[in-house]
Amino acid sequence: MTSMLLTSVVEWSRWQFALTAIFHWFFVPLTLGITFMLAIMETIYVKTGDEFWKKTAKFWMKVFGINFAIGVATGIILEFEFGTNWSNYSYFVGDIFGAPLAIEGILAFFMESTFIAIMFFGWNKLSKKTHLTATWLTAVGANISALWILVANGWMQYPAGMEFNPDTMRNEMVNFWEVLFSPVAINKFFHTVTSGYVLAAIVVMGISAWFMLKKRNIVFAKKSILIAAVFGIFGSAALIWTGDGSAYQVAQKQPMKLAAMEGLYEGKDKAGLIAVGVLTPGKEYDDSKDPYIFKIEIPRLLSFLSNRNFDSYVPGINDLVNGYEYVDKDGNKQAGLSFAEKRDRGRIANQALIDYKAAKDRGDNSSQAEALKLIDENFKYFGYAHLENPSSIIPNVPLTFYSFHVMVILGCYFVLLFIVVLWLLYKDKLHNKRWLLWLMVFTIPLVYLASQAGWIVAEVGRQPWVIQDLMPTVSAVSRIDAGAVQTTFILFFSLFTVLLIAELGIMFRQIKKGPEGVE
Amino acid sequence: MDTTYILLQHYWWFIIALLGGLLVFLLFVQGGQTLMYSVAKTPDERTMVINVLGRKWEFTFTTLVTFGGAFFASFPLFYSTSFGGAYWVWLAILFFFVIQAVSYEFRTKAGNLLGQKTYETFLLLNGLFGTILLGTAVATFFTGSDFYVDRMNITNIGGETTISYWGSSWYGLEAVLNPINVALGLAVFFLARILGALYFMNSVDHEEVVRRSQKQVLYNTIPFLAFFLFFAISILLKDGFAIDPRSGVVSMEEYKYLNNFISMPIVAAVFLIGVLLVLFGILKTIFRPKWTKGIWFAGLGTVLTVVGLLLNVGYNNTSYYPSTADFQSSLTIFNSSSSKFTLTVMSIVSILVPFVLAYIIFAWRAMNKKKITIEEVKSDSHSY
Repeated sequence: MTSMLLTSVVEWSRWQFALTAIFHWFFVPLTLGITFMLAIMETIYVKTGDEFWKKTAKFWMKVFGINFAIGVATGIILEFEFGTNWSNYSYFVGDIFGAPLAIEGILAFFMESTFIAIMFFGWNKLSKKTHLTATWLTAVGANISALWILVANGWMQYPAGMEFNPDTMRNEMVNFWEVLFSPVAINKFFHTVTSGYVLAAIVVMGISAWFMLKKRNIVFAKKSILIAAVFGIFGSAALIWTGDGSAYQVAQKQPMKLAAMEGLYEGKDKAGLIAVGVLTPGKEYDDSKDPYIFKIEIPRLLSFLSNRNFDSYVPGINDLVNGYEYVDKDGNKQAGLSFAEKRDRGRIANQALIDYKAAKDRGDNSSQAEALKLIDENFKYFGYAHLENPSSIIPNVPLTFYSFHVMVILGCYFVLLFIVVLWLLYKDKLHNKRWLLWLMVFTIPLVYLASQAGWIVAEVGRQPWVIQDLMPTVSAVSRIDAGAVQTTFILFFSLFTVLLIAELGIMFRQIKKGPEGVE
Repeated sequence: MDTTYILLQHYWWFIIALLGGLLVFLLFVQGGQTLMYSVAKTPDERTMVINVLGRKWEFTFTTLVTFGGAFFASFPLFYSTSFGGAYWVWLAILFFFVIQAVSYEFRTKAGNLLGQKTYETFLLLNGLFGTILLGTAVATFFTGSDFYVDRMNITNIGGETTISYWGSSWYGLEAVLNPINVALGLAVFFLARILGALYFMNSVDHEEVVRRSQKQVLYNTIPFLAFFLFFAISILLKDGFAIDPRSGVVSMEEYKYLNNFISMPIVAAVFLIGVLLVLFGILKTIFRPKWTKGIWFAGLGTVLTVVGLLLNVGYNNTSYYPSTADFQSSLTIFNSSSSKFTLTVMSIVSILVPFVLAYIIFAWRAMNKKKITIEEVKSDSHSY
């Protein structure tokens, strides 16, 4: 009974957090990229003195402003939900996780919100150069905000720079730089912000294409597309590079997530990457069904992505559940523990913790030291203690697999689109290609889809963990009635949906109105 | 005893108190929102008044977010206990801030789905409930809450692993049953209105709006004083949650908060100077209608008053977040803080705060150099 109630409060809390994160992520990536494009446009204005660029920047600023308010609204909830819905998480790792959130507020949010007010309202109150500085600082502030929250997220996927303290029963930071410069955090930051640049570029291109289709504001549209496409192609290059880096980090730090991304059940040497595939519905880890109904595979690429070696071994879902052995490139035997072994070691750490406390209470130093040794040896599997079934360490494979492939396939399509658009702009033929202009418009929803899919890979793929190997989601949740979370979920779902419709309504009207006073 | 650690814990409680003080001052935006129909009578006046607030709302919002983040980083056990327990109260506060965040931008824009009136109602609700709920929640620092903390729960395989939890399913709503809590909530609400009116007087160039704002200062001062004095006298006369510095045991002590002021005269002075500055700002505004600088005196006074109150409840071996369900679960700045290492890292980061304040002041002055007029708002392409 208890565990059933617990499950439902976990489920509702996950839904609520996912809801808030997904809504928040509808608005943030545009902010990350469009602010830099605004700054570039305004820089051209200040350099050339050409009013055209000021008006162009002002139009995109309006688009940005409408988008920004609702991003702020959904962001505040996310921050507080760590406490309201994941209170045990907040205690267990708050010593590490809280710091980036506080730094984000102090260093980034104030920068963003201070200079945004100048950017919007300071045109006639400050010199051109000061105003331009404010616009650049808005962009920098937005991107620094992203840095700190992504450092925090990266830390959950790969807890670095910390130690468990059995006296306080929590994890404590011991090295700030390891937290900040953890390879997972750095890759995640650059991959995420550059995805925002690509998204913003696609949005600016799509809206501008619509003006071209309507045969109005042609010069404005062309120049906006030029800036967006150039910005987008550079963004894409960085996106691909950091995407590769992210995949490598996942393979090293979260092999189960990688296996789920690829639907790889049986590990192998020289593993291929699935370019396109359809999974067998209802496949369980311990049945003998073929995982794929259909697949096109690029030979050996998964091995290369995972270990920078085309011949290397990549473990599959079953190997991670049952344990595995393989020979590495230097000819050494390597082994991975099974779920059962990890769970046993997690339980040793858990029992040692209970013994440690008891020994401490009765002042028994030698037992305390003995328990501490066991804790140190086994703590890295602590979270497994709370899991019962092997299947509980496997994330939702179809959701992770399809999200990953949708993201990658669309990402490649965007690169192609940027190249074609730039080529046609150079040849001055873009305005005649109506089919392409329509395609640019309809790519806008696709870029949002790709962006959300990326987060689904990251967050669904790492289940059941809120902190990799140390705390499962089920142990992180607040002890409140499922009904309370259900109520707030419905409340916020309704509110966000209404606000999203309102936002889109306003956005469409503003776009229809178009830029003021430019051709 | 590690004195550096103790110093860091005090330093971070001071930062929390300061952020709390700044937040209450910046609630002038919320207070101002509740005055938009009283000080502005025509649509143009209302638009001007909303725009003058709309250029500042993000400061309040950001301060609230930073207050939350800093509390999380420095006293994570508070974050998990209060937010994860007083669930209804905090989510209600958040709800009333979410509806504010979009309202400025969406209010007058075509295609906004809900219409201008709805967004103005959102601003009103934010001003009303945002302030009252925040004040009520903070008052529980003095009156206590219904929660338990047991760190060993984390080893409870197959059962409840959550270390802090609420005693009932009211999840914080029970705070409204205590008149002291409600009194602080209402005092914050009326104070925010006073500050809002003072802010209007300082930043709009419109005789009628200034005159009506001045009247509002007077009208709101009466209930503010009533509720504030009730709260202040109640806590000074009531028993408080004291920690035995040797054993760490929490127990009730007579006149604890009054004693704290007596044993910490600097904190008492900060509090008293704060109250006097608020009163000075208000009274001079009432008696000298041409004087429009009241916001700075009352604003600084508000910051100091809140800092004084929060230092009182955090320092001198006092539990700042007491549990009425189980005294020994009560939170103190010692048992709920982050590790020494984390507090040190955060303290180094806090050296940058003066730079942040400097550019905020620069931006504020640049934007408020000239008082705002209806004409300016009408001609600005980005106005709300």
